[in-house]
Amino acid sequence: MIQFGQYVVGGLATGSLYALVALGIVLLYRSSRVLNFAHGDIATLATFVAFTLLGRAVPFAAAVAAGLLAAAALGAAFFFFVLRPAREASLLGKIVITLGLALVLSGVMLVTWGADTQVFPFPLSDTRVYRLGGVVVSEMSVGTIGAGMALMGLMYGLVQRTTLGLAMRAVAQDATAAQALGIPARRIYALTWGLASALGGAAGVLLAPVVYLDPYMMLDPFLKGFAAAVLGGIDSLPGAVVGGFILGIAENVFAGYVSFKFKTTLAFAIIVLVLTVRPEGLLGREYRRRV
Amino acid sequence: MFTPLAPGRAAPGLARIPLFAVARTLVERYEDDLYLVKGPAAWTAVAALLIGLAALPFLLPRLGMGYLLFIAVLASANVIVAVGLNLLVGYAGLISLGHAGFVAIGAYASGLLAARLEVPWPAAWLGAAAISAAFGFLVGLPALRLTGPYLTIATLGFGIAVYQVLTNWTELSGGRGGLSVPALGLGVGGMSAIQQLALVAITAAVALCWIAYNLARSHIGRALAAIRDSDIAAEVTGVSLTWYKTLAFAISAAYAGVAGAIIAQALRHLEPQAFTFLESITYFAMIVVGGLGTVTGGIIGALLLTLIPHYLSGIKQWLPIAYGAVIIAMMLFEPQGLYGRWLRIRRYFKAWPL
Repeated sequence: MIQFGQYVVGGLATGSLYALVALGIVLLYRSSRVLNFAHGDIATLATFVAFTLLGRAVPFAAAVAAGLLAAAALGAAFFFFVLRPAREASLLGKIVITLGLALVLSGVMLVTWGADTQVFPFPLSDTRVYRLGGVVVSEMSVGTIGAGMALMGLMYGLVQRTTLGLAMRAVAQDATAAQALGIPARRIYALTWGLASALGGAAGVLLAPVVYLDPYMMLDPFLKGFAAAVLGGIDSLPGAVVGGFILGIAENVFAGYVSFKFKTTLAFAIIVLVLTVRPEGLLGREYRRRV
Repeated sequence: MFTPLAPGRAAPGLARIPLFAVARTLVERYEDDLYLVKGPAAWTAVAALLIGLAALPFLLPRLGMGYLLFIAVLASANVIVAVGLNLLVGYAGLISLGHAGFVAIGAYASGLLAARLEVPWPAAWLGAAAISAAFGFLVGLPALRLTGPYLTIATLGFGIAVYQVLTNWTELSGGRGGLSVPALGLGVGGMSAIQQLALVAITAAVALCWIAYNLARSHIGRALAAIRDSDIAAEVTGVSLTWYKTLAFAISAAYAGVAGAIIAQALRHLEPQAFTFLESITYFAMIVVGGLGTVTGGIIGALLLTLIPHYLSGIKQWLPIAYGAVIIAMMLFEPQGLYGRWLRIRRYFKAWPL
């Protein structure tokens, strides 16, 4: 039982990272119907920016903030300069464009920072641990879960409780109608892109101390986050969080009891199974369409 | 396709069109429009191309460019994958971001058949195609219910799962240590191993392209295009979605399987690292750059994205950036791909004085 609790706590930490990544993906898909394959690379770039600033003795909070801002600016710029001119493109075309951006970004990071793994200095330690009735929790895990929860709460507040969130939801539902009501749809889109990219960046910063920093660091978490988003329903923000946690916990429990090697395979098997039964994901609603 | 106008009896509004412009574009029957190769000039060009391709394995070493034989083999394999992927993505409109998985299955199937069961290579290649097609059929089943992002993640997950299983199931794949593949023998004297392989690979690529051209213009191609344009409308008009969607996956996977067998022969030593997510994206990039939904587009894209990296290996680290930038530019300015641009240029000159 204690063993199981241990796996679940580990799963919560990974799950909150997946959920953060998934939230960014869902935000973008809901608003602009784009599957952003560059999400992970933008996040890695944010982490590298923070890493470089940390190396120049910038305080941790400022460095991370700068990294997230860089990600937000990049996301917004990508929307304005690439996606808007291509707004006629199909879903497939937009996927291809973001794949192109992903290649460019990972290439730029490879050229700038090299392929070697770097140790990302983080104020929380992975080895200092707390004990909760036999279950060991590292300081890092607590920080990750806490930061993840806080960001998700902030997101919820922003989207559901503020005027800005209302505008975002309106644009996501029907951009033309929203525009007719005087909502600056383009700025909302750009803001959504910035916000989603910054969320991804936060996940990157939380992940970097655990897996070490290299240009391909986010590939696996991005794919899992994407999978979590699809699992929960790609148009549902709560679905992204639920999907992230389910995936994280299932993966960790499976890795603990059955096989560590095949945990990624399991993750995708779960998704295919769930989608076969519920093609719209667990909490998604979008699937039915008019001819 | 065009107004059936007999030359010389042009309608009043078209009176100013020169006769030769009408005669060159005139199509009187649907069958005429379906011809793959039409007219003696086109036949001569095709014959010259085929002879040139057949002579390539013999010519290259004479010209002191024997090292290009390996590139020719890789290019053949990539052409096969791209043409097969284009049947799936470009014609049927079903996204696959896990095609490297099918290539890997083909490579390992042929390798295992040849190395462990000592099957002769033609049978091993056919086996690779069949096993790959079976997996394509399996992946096609969930594809019946999934579209857009959901299908993307399912295929992407498939590609990654194949990679992971190959990496971790060491009894099957030799794991990271790799699997050695016996060389293929044509039983022809006087040819080096790579020459033989190049000959076989080019032949396979030509044959599979020919099959793809024919599939594309047959009822299967039309059914797939109908599904791409609107699957509900296609179903209403009597196209069986179940059959054609799984068929598209199976055919596409069979193509990838043959390409995998060629790659297995070219590398002679298989490691899962040769079939990553990045490979899947590269295949995808090929058909986007060349042109979605045309066989020729797939061929052009595959050739370009095989040859350019080879000639630019001096600036290897800049390649992903260049790739990405080209893909974005292509989607922004030329969504029809290079072949689409070529078609437009050709149409312009065909109807030139107009």
